[in-house]
Amino acid sequence: MLRYTVNRVLLMIPTLLGVAVLVFFLLRIVPGDVVEIKLRGDGGNVSQETIEMERKRLGLDKPFVSQFGDWMIGMAKLDLGKSMWTERPVVEEIAVRLELSLQVALMATLIAVLLAVPMGTMAALFRDTWIDYVVRIVTIGGLSIPSFWFGMLIMLTLLAFFNWLPPITFTPIYVDPIANLTQLIWPAMAVGYRYCAVVARMIRSSLLEVLNEDYIRTARAKGVYEKLVISRHALRNALLPAITVIGLEFTFLIGGLVVTEQVFNLNGIGQLFVQSISRNDFTLIQGMVMLIAAFYVFVNLLIDLLYAVFDPRIRYDT
Amino acid sequence: MEALSETKSRQADATEPLLEVADLHVHFESSRGIVRAVEDVSFQVKPGEIVAIVGESGSGKSVTALAIMRLLPRLTGRTRGRVRFDGKSLLDLSDEQMREIRGRDISMIFQEPMTSLNPLLTIGLQITEPLTIHLGMSDAQATARAIELLQLVGITDAEGRLDQYPHQFSGGMRQRVMIAIGLACNPKLIIADEPTTALDVTIQAQILELMKDLSRKLNIALIIITHNLGVVARYADRVFVMYAARLVEQGPADAVFHRPRHPYSMGLLRSVPRLDRPRGNKLETIEGLVPNLANAPPGCRFAPRCPFRIDICAQEPPLARTDTGTLSRCHRHAEIADSKIAWASGGAGVLKLDVERKRPLLSVSALTKHFPVRTKIGNKRALVRAVEDVSFSIYPGETLGLVGESGCGKTTVGRLILRLEQPTSGEIAFEGTNLLTATPAEMKTIRRKIQVIFQDPYSSLNPRMTVSQIIGEPLHVYKLVADSKAATGRVTQLLDQVGLRPELAERYPHQLSGGQRQRVGIARALAMEPSFIVCDEAVSALDVSIQSQIINLLEDLQQRLGLAYLFIAHDLAVVRHISMRVVVMYFGRIMEVADRDAIYREPLHPYTKVLLDAAPVPDPTVEKARAPRLIQGELPSHLAPPPGCVFNTRCPMASQECREIVPPLVEKRPGHYAACIKV
Repeated sequence: MLRYTVNRVLLMIPTLLGVAVLVFFLLRIVPGDVVEIKLRGDGGNVSQETIEMERKRLGLDKPFVSQFGDWMIGMAKLDLGKSMWTERPVVEEIAVRLELSLQVALMATLIAVLLAVPMGTMAALFRDTWIDYVVRIVTIGGLSIPSFWFGMLIMLTLLAFFNWLPPITFTPIYVDPIANLTQLIWPAMAVGYRYCAVVARMIRSSLLEVLNEDYIRTARAKGVYEKLVISRHALRNALLPAITVIGLEFTFLIGGLVVTEQVFNLNGIGQLFVQSISRNDFTLIQGMVMLIAAFYVFVNLLIDLLYAVFDPRIRYDT
Repeated sequence: MEALSETKSRQADATEPLLEVADLHVHFESSRGIVRAVEDVSFQVKPGEIVAIVGESGSGKSVTALAIMRLLPRLTGRTRGRVRFDGKSLLDLSDEQMREIRGRDISMIFQEPMTSLNPLLTIGLQITEPLTIHLGMSDAQATARAIELLQLVGITDAEGRLDQYPHQFSGGMRQRVMIAIGLACNPKLIIADEPTTALDVTIQAQILELMKDLSRKLNIALIIITHNLGVVARYADRVFVMYAARLVEQGPADAVFHRPRHPYSMGLLRSVPRLDRPRGNKLETIEGLVPNLANAPPGCRFAPRCPFRIDICAQEPPLARTDTGTLSRCHRHAEIADSKIAWASGGAGVLKLDVERKRPLLSVSALTKHFPVRTKIGNKRALVRAVEDVSFSIYPGETLGLVGESGCGKTTVGRLILRLEQPTSGEIAFEGTNLLTATPAEMKTIRRKIQVIFQDPYSSLNPRMTVSQIIGEPLHVYKLVADSKAATGRVTQLLDQVGLRPELAERYPHQLSGGQRQRVGIARALAMEPSFIVCDEAVSALDVSIQSQIINLLEDLQQRLGLAYLFIAHDLAVVRHISMRVVVMYFGRIMEVADRDAIYREPLHPYTKVLLDAAPVPDPTVEKARAPRLIQGELPSHLAPPPGCVFNTRCPMASQECREIVPPLVEKRPGHYAACIKV
């Protein structure tokens, strides 16, 4: 397993390199220029020379290949460069937002899994009864209601019934957990609903499938308590496919909460992404794409390793 | 004889039955209406007795067992009747009381050892589970008992294997684990639902002998559910024959096998290919199909297929005691007893068996196929030697049987001949053309002449195409017909040739029965006007009565069209019936080749002997007289083939020499080849 893991980690390098090449050159093919936007964006009358000088300062006048080389060398030294707009290191810009986004994603995952497992299980066990219908309606709702709209409903409810709105400034959890949670629990709920719906439906259908398996009949024929048949024999098998869904949804949450972050006024990765794209801030965009790509690859590896932990049939080295 | 069975049954009557099933009915609600899967079934099982429920698929035999265990799906299944077990009425117990009986007093062994064990739990946990639940054992006690149980079912290194998972066991070993689980709490009754159907014949013999010994030793009653009449003859004291949801005949095995008193049991016994009888005639068949249980005919269920049908058969016959002491659900059982009515002989007459062996149609020489497999990431590749140095010839109009157990390479040989796989080395010549060096144009003509019939009639036909499209497709591809009108005509003709009515042309595969589908598969092969057909387990998936119809059809076509067949199968009796020459394969190599009669009468190779020995024949007298001669062990791993003769690990005659020399295939008698240094 260790060798397999090392192999997979090494394989991440070419994957990420591919992503780097793609994002770097695609950005430069698309029209638009950070200097133009920065200096002339407000309609300011700036001379061509100033623009050229600024471009030179940022290194944009060099050939693409040498720009790419500089970026790669920086990355090898774990230096993603400076934002072309704010001039602050990319790592710093991302770190501030990542803390928040990561926390929201983790909380949403926690909420989703804690709700989805019992919901999906009950729906499968009481298939075609009112319990199943309730779960099915709730989960269809989760899939069809956009998270930001659900978020807005949460905010309006808080305002209408409690005349209260969550704080808008981010407090790290280690500084003041209560202030932190009162701010982030709401967006986590808003996106957790959809997340939970996806996972619950997955668990319901895979549990229904597993309950038809021969080994479940064997367990019942042995006289195993029905509770144990479900928890020991069926649920373990049914949760395997859910691991994939949980992992993939989690990675999506890291960079994909653009509108929800807006609704809750959160300064997260999604917001930063939109901002940097509209400013054509090449270095920052590149850094963020690399971060999200790395997350994806890493979480996928984690899923595969978890499979090996839960399923004895999967052994990567033997 | 009669008096004997009379006293026997009287003796048996004296003991209280362990299980008493009376008027059992099971209905399923389905979208097509109510399916009456079991109707009016009554029988008794005494303590320590071995009984068999036989029947074809859909006869209700498995449903009966699941109904006794109350394991039928709750939402759709409805059970009515009385089931008394050990003084308790099972259908009236609460769920919790029933759970306490399952696994403790009655255990069940299922058909598919591959899927019946939980893949995520260790063998140890799965065996100890009933012990801790029913007997309240501590973990240490349960583990000790589990080790004892694994030793009892013949698993070596029991202690070390407790922590292993099901995928680390072979099919036969898993079935042993299932038996160990079944025995765990010393039950009074074990129900085994097709316990060996998924296993090879040598493993089947091991498992059934084990079950029989344990049942006798521990005084456990055993209900074996099977479609294999040989298994019934060998192991059962009493037999229950089921047909279309009803019990049609029951009684002592001797009586039912030797003097059946129901037309269905008579027909079934006549239509099985036999290892112990000379062949030369066509197989007897039961015409027609099993009725649809959602819309079953009134009266006797067998009447539509019964040659003795008279007016009274429109009324439901009672289960009546016959002269032999059996119970038969036939109005005319007395007439059968007086030999007033009997099945007419198939009328098909004698088969032509000898062919001229001048120029071979197909000859295979030194054919070898190795599959590379990756065992570890980054490691060097290992080889699976699927086929090793195989040579044989098939002459026009001949049937060559290719027998062997799973993993022996027989299917790969078929695929190599069809060029679905590329051989590693060797030669395949068809009518003098080497298939491996043939030009694409030559290959196109040859492909037409070599056709295939597959095992599974359910998955080898495209579900989105009608029968006429399936059969007509090759006609268009190879431009064998001028236009679509000619194609329709040809399809009708082909359907007629395989005994299907022309209306079936517009149906889809799912609207056909298994036998009909296999006929469509044959018609599709015939459409190309081939001279050679590879039949890969072509009848293995079919019920006995349908199987005999298809075998007869294949023989008929051979006689009329002069076809040659390579008949690949694991069923020795079927191969014996259809083949003229037989090739026995084991672990990728040919063990023995001979004319059919020679190989079945005087097998030379120890593997062939073992194989023939392991296959039970449907005759209780023969079977009970036969001492069990068992082959030990299992197929070795393909990744680590044994040195020398591949069979040496399981061979009763193996010596040091056999572990060193790979025996060549030598002509020991005229036309009789064997690869063994000991004969």
